[in-house]
Amino acid sequence: MPELAYLAPSSPEEAARALASAGSRPLSGGTDLLVQLRAGRVKPDTIVDLKKIAGAMGIREEKGSFVIGAATSGAVLGEHAGLVRAWPGIVEGANLIGSTQVQGRASLGGNLCNGSPAADGVPALIAARATCVIVGPNGRREAPVESIVTGPGKTSLTQGEFVLEFRLPARPARASDAYLRLIPRTEMDIAVAGVGVNLVLDAGGMITHAHVAIGAVAPTALLVADAGAALIGGKLDEARLSAMEAAVRAACKPISDKRGTAEYRTKIAGVLARRAALIAYDRAGA
Amino acid sequence: MSKIHITTTVNGDPAEFLASPGMTLLDALRDELGLTGAKEGCGSGDCGACSVMLDGRLVCSCLVLAPEVEGCRVETIEGMAQGGQLHPLQQKFLEHAALQCGFCTPGLLVAAKALLDAHPDPTEVEARYWLAGNLCRCTGYDKIIRAVMDAAAELRQERAA
Repeated sequence: MPELAYLAPSSPEEAARALASAGSRPLSGGTDLLVQLRAGRVKPDTIVDLKKIAGAMGIREEKGSFVIGAATSGAVLGEHAGLVRAWPGIVEGANLIGSTQVQGRASLGGNLCNGSPAADGVPALIAARATCVIVGPNGRREAPVESIVTGPGKTSLTQGEFVLEFRLPARPARASDAYLRLIPRTEMDIAVAGVGVNLVLDAGGMITHAHVAIGAVAPTALLVADAGAALIGGKLDEARLSAMEAAVRAACKPISDKRGTAEYRTKIAGVLARRAALIAYDRAGA
Repeated sequence: MSKIHITTTVNGDPAEFLASPGMTLLDALRDELGLTGAKEGCGSGDCGACSVMLDGRLVCSCLVLAPEVEGCRVETIEGMAQGGQLHPLQQKFLEHAALQCGFCTPGLLVAAKALLDAHPDPTEVEARYWLAGNLCRCTGYDKIIRAVMDAAAELRQERAA
């Protein structure tokens, strides 16, 4: 067995250098990586722990917008009153990942970069129009969350690159979001379908911005532009909800497996989108 | 294989051990420090039998690499009773017969203590959700939940007294 090394760099640049070698893997909360190590699905020669990098941990506000360290645990997100107030959907997505124990470790960065189509942390981030700050051997770049995962277990990150933090847009007064998923049991399972909806209203309760993202119903989580567009320009009435639901169903390209058939997943994605939109609308103070 | 020297605090006492980089915290506790209370059920974070507190957070020690705990505070089931005095949760588990084979019990006790430290007055639903990551194949959970709710009531009374 080749010798394994563990590194815990304190700066993003140092981490990018360590990750530049082909046999290295980044470690955030480890709730996916350690399982894969044990199963022999990944065989790295170096593990690069990102949790000692200051920017990768915790939640901060910059110019009125939230920045979430990519390795911040779900438990920490759930305890941040300001983030919960502004982005309850992002937090509820993150907090649906695994058990209380898993919440103590699992992060949004890890959940995204693990590349599961059913990652509960991802759709609400996409609907929020969040961006990733990516650090690599050639410096920093910023990219939308939906551009990171390219297929199950695959990302657009190049060798040495890792996600340092998520940047959220500024939050106007009447705005909110919601994430809903369906699982076959009440807790501790993988989504059959998941939907994040993010709404901004004007003073009269008219929807001015709307974004809808779906998970577990395609090889990657998807931003459904038509679904968001269907909600804009008025109050959340039945016509808008029906148009959005139809757009969501049209965007679904699911597989059939033990958790549900493709047909069921498509149907459920529409139902969840409708319910999530109603919750986000209510939260936004309609 | 080159080992890493780890300095940490376990149940309030300083502890040092040598870890290979791929060793889990669970294996370090059991094999290097002789603390065999935390159990390996699944090794994949599904069963909670290896639950410990890491810097005040409930975690599965099978999903933590030993080198990650350098400078951290680890609390295990071995630190729960004070001297010869069982923690109220331990006492209530005995009184309610909330265990049969006992393999899940250390993890459940650590997880239940984390619940009651953070939420002294949980509803039964909250307790069941909090403990959803601790699997028990003997009891059917009902006795465990009764023991936790009873311990919570006793701890609240103690605090009020």
